[in-house]
Amino acid sequence: MRPLKLLMPASIKEACRMLVEHRDEAKIVAGGQSLLPLLKNRLVAPKYLINIKGLPKMEYINTTPKGIQIGTLTVHHSIETSALIKQRFPILAEMEKGVGTLQIRNWGTIGGNIAHGDPVGDPGPCFIVLNAKVKVVSMIGEREIPLEGFFIDYLETVLEPDEILVYIDVPSPPPRTGSAYHKESVRLGDPPIASVAAAITLNGNIIKDARIVLAAAGKTCLRATKAEEVVKGKNIEQALKEVGEAAAAEAQPFTDLEGSEEYKREIIKVITRRVVSQAVIRAQAA
Amino acid sequence: MKHPLELKVNGEIREILVKPWWTLAEVLRYELGLPGTKTGCEMGHCGVCTVLINGKAVKSCLVLAQQAAGKDIVTIEGLAQNGQLHPVQQAFVDHFAVQCGFCTPGMILSAVALLDENPNPNEEEIRAAIAGNLCRCTGYVKIVEAIVAARDRLSASKKG
Repeated sequence: MRPLKLLMPASIKEACRMLVEHRDEAKIVAGGQSLLPLLKNRLVAPKYLINIKGLPKMEYINTTPKGIQIGTLTVHHSIETSALIKQRFPILAEMEKGVGTLQIRNWGTIGGNIAHGDPVGDPGPCFIVLNAKVKVVSMIGEREIPLEGFFIDYLETVLEPDEILVYIDVPSPPPRTGSAYHKESVRLGDPPIASVAAAITLNGNIIKDARIVLAAAGKTCLRATKAEEVVKGKNIEQALKEVGEAAAAEAQPFTDLEGSEEYKREIIKVITRRVVSQAVIRAQAA
Repeated sequence: MKHPLELKVNGEIREILVKPWWTLAEVLRYELGLPGTKTGCEMGHCGVCTVLINGKAVKSCLVLAQQAAGKDIVTIEGLAQNGQLHPVQQAFVDHFAVQCGFCTPGMILSAVALLDENPNPNEEEIRAAIAGNLCRCTGYVKIVEAIVAARDRLSASKKG
């Protein structure tokens, strides 16, 4: 890689100060599984890397009165194998199985993944359908940002250059809610042909609420509000008949190495129905 | 300007000087005399740079050397004990799971990490665990066979 200086702050506060001191010449590095390839490809060339990997008290998965909280330095593999996650939010454990490969998941962090803003990233859509929020800090204060609306464009998020993610709050879902995720890809861990995350809340046999997010269906992950309107208020059978087509029509995929636009639309149609169906089954058991 | 760095590699404390942008893969190969860890794509796709950090498989081309301080690093050179091959290494030999050998160090370490974490994986779990190690020669058949054999040998020796 090109020469750079590696700063090793002892705390998040110190890291925030370093970010302000070095402004646009510095980038935060945690696991580096997304950032180092960018440096190696010379897409970015920061003079300073501010290392936060290993900072204390940022790797955890805990219950809170409102749900669970995940420290942003928690590695993907911890989420994949956590008994708490598998029990309370199985959608996150199954999503993690397809994030890159095992080696990436052993060193890369969930916070790094979100901050990177990969337009076809797996965690984003899942956190959005779960109504999660991320806590960020900077020298001047802190704020909570909903994951919905966090991702703007290719590798672009709403994060300010002086902000660092510290934890993600995932609220317990309402009663009779189930969520599911599927990434359709050529091989396990590949970028998606298309991915769908869905959270469905039932009222008896009627779909009371639906949150559906598509990835690889636009410039970044896309909340399929029109498909959600199609299913809300309908009985399960009718909703499943219509949701696939609705999502495929709303999606804006573009042709790339993983498939043509037409093929992706077809895949979106099929897996949206499959994911919503899986979310319904989980909602019925909830 | 080089920085002093202390790394624990294959059970030994090693003290070296590193430039801050050097990766663990580069340091293992060029500063520590351990070229068993290979570089291939150097981008995190191929997996030939796989080492174990605290028992977990990690791609060393995507780890800054200084981030590896304080961790237990195991490379392929650290597997054999007293001249005896690790059961996974022996299984690769016995089942002809090596052709050109370039993917082999990373592949073996991924298998070792898998069997340490999950002593009884099924074939699907084995394939998922080595999904980050590409092989251009073998088609993976013999590799999976070798890992299955190592799994069986290791769990038998635990019972015996």
